[in-house]
Amino acid sequence: MRLRRITDVLIFVLSIVAALAFWEAISRTGVISEKDLPAMSTTFSELWDLMQTGTFWHALLQTARGWALGLGVAAALAIPIGIVLGSSDFAARAFRVPIEFLRPIPSAALIPVLFLTLGTTLQSEIFLAAFGAFWPLLIQTIYGVRDVDPVALDTARSFGVSTFEGLYRIKLPSAVPYIATGMRISSGVALILAFTAELFMGNPGLGQKVNVAQAFGLENQLYAYALATGFLGLAIHVVSTAAERRALRWHPSQRAVTA
Amino acid sequence: MLETKGIAKIYGTGPKATHALEDVSFTVTDGEFVCVVGPSGCGKTTLLKCIAGLMRPTRGEVLLRGKRVVEPPEELALVFQDYSRSLMPWSTVRNNVLLPLRHKRLSTAERKALVAESLGSVGLTRFIDHYPWQLSGGMQQRVAIARALAYQPAILLMDEPFASVDAQTRGDLEDLVLRVREQYGITILFVTHDIDESVYLADRVVVLTHSPTTVKEIVGVSLPRPRDQIATKELADFINLRGHVYRLIRRELTPVTSVDAVPNSGTPV
Ligand SMILES: Nc1ncnc2c1ncn2[C@@H]1O[C@H](COP(=O)(O)OP(=O)(O)O)[C@@H](O)[C@H]1O
Ligand SMILES: [Mg+2]
Repeated sequence: MRLRRITDVLIFVLSIVAALAFWEAISRTGVISEKDLPAMSTTFSELWDLMQTGTFWHALLQTARGWALGLGVAAALAIPIGIVLGSSDFAARAFRVPIEFLRPIPSAALIPVLFLTLGTTLQSEIFLAAFGAFWPLLIQTIYGVRDVDPVALDTARSFGVSTFEGLYRIKLPSAVPYIATGMRISSGVALILAFTAELFMGNPGLGQKVNVAQAFGLENQLYAYALATGFLGLAIHVVSTAAERRALRWHPSQRAVTA
Repeated sequence: MLETKGIAKIYGTGPKATHALEDVSFTVTDGEFVCVVGPSGCGKTTLLKCIAGLMRPTRGEVLLRGKRVVEPPEELALVFQDYSRSLMPWSTVRNNVLLPLRHKRLSTAERKALVAESLGSVGLTRFIDHYPWQLSGGMQQRVAIARALAYQPAILLMDEPFASVDAQTRGDLEDLVLRVREQYGITILFVTHDIDESVYLADRVVVLTHSPTTVKEIVGVSLPRPRDQIATKELADFINLRGHVYRLIRRELTPVTSVDAVPNSGTPV
């Protein structure tokens, strides 16, 4: 057990070191010119320098805000709608066509429309992130509510628990594992789309910084900002995994960890 | 107090229809302990769901104190066979037992007292803050029983509640139900496929046939109470009753004689 953990950590560290060394090597040896791909060490030192500036942190917070509000709006809409659609056959049938029409639209296809309507505003960034994040969460919530155990529902009903109370005492909690999975997928989507909005529409944030760096040929900065976005994604992942573990400590998938 | 009149239940329609129940009638009087025993798949769960108001029978009706049951009545609590599915794994034992009490017009103190009392009577006071999955199967079923008791029903319906626990635990739980019945003065309708269990627990045993399911016979059990796992089961009356119910159900098994008639085929059955 102990040994296992040590090996796990070792593999984790080694894989990162190897990837970084590879990056350093292809740049230093000129496989890809240092002009196009600055060396790993150069990029990290550029990032370190950027981190000393307020501009960097401001941009990071703007992207994080786009992510958080986009995901928040998506969750506020997708979870209740998913519960309704998952609980009622009638609602599911009534909304199937509009959902199947809207869902496959690539979020990026909305960029020109958003650019013309909302422009380079926070709303357009939130809209884009929320649109993309909405669908995985909606679908997962519907599946979760559908999968509720009929014995659990019968139990509640036999005790005179009302339909509404059953909704939040039985259906919602038993859908939580599905919703958590949806949140994990949607969280990634929301970050990518917040960044995309900044990159292509020029909304302030890390994406816009990357765009500007590219326009001015500042390759070092370009890569440093891209790297920062990666770290933001990693941080979000770590925090949300911990939150998921907490919310699902009763669930078989997490019990081994807590029990 | 509880009466089923000509209950029939057909699942589905057309050629694929399943006749789960054909014609089931019996009554349960106040304070009585009635067991319903019948072979697997004969419609016992279906019958309980109809009685509990979770399902409408295709024909016939269920009367509770003379009133027709059309939705789950308040005087009635149900303990399912599958405790792992009827308990909420995301809630503690306390919150599981609270489930049926939240919408009752009770003060917080009354709710707390009911939870404490019912958990006390099944011997789980110490485990109030545990999660169901941290407990053994027998303990989980005791939580389900405590939850039903906290609801303060006049009738407790139990659907093969001990079918998935080991034999020792099963005996203990049977005695627990008998004790709780004395303590709460509750009427119990207990479904099982185990003949020994039905005779050990009941005042009367309703024996069902194979499907199409009707009532084969209602057997009165006048064994002395309190009952005891060893002494009661050694009584001649117990052995006779048990044999009688066995024969009723075995006669049901499709042509026993034709199997017996096969000449020495060399394969012992
Ligand atoms: N929801 C259902 N839909 C269709 N058939 C069912 C359903 N529930 C039970 N049945 C059928 O009805 C019969 C009786 O089932 P059940 O009441 O569960 O029997 P028991 O509890 O005695 O084992 C079985 O043949 C079963 O397959
Ligand atoms: Mg059954």
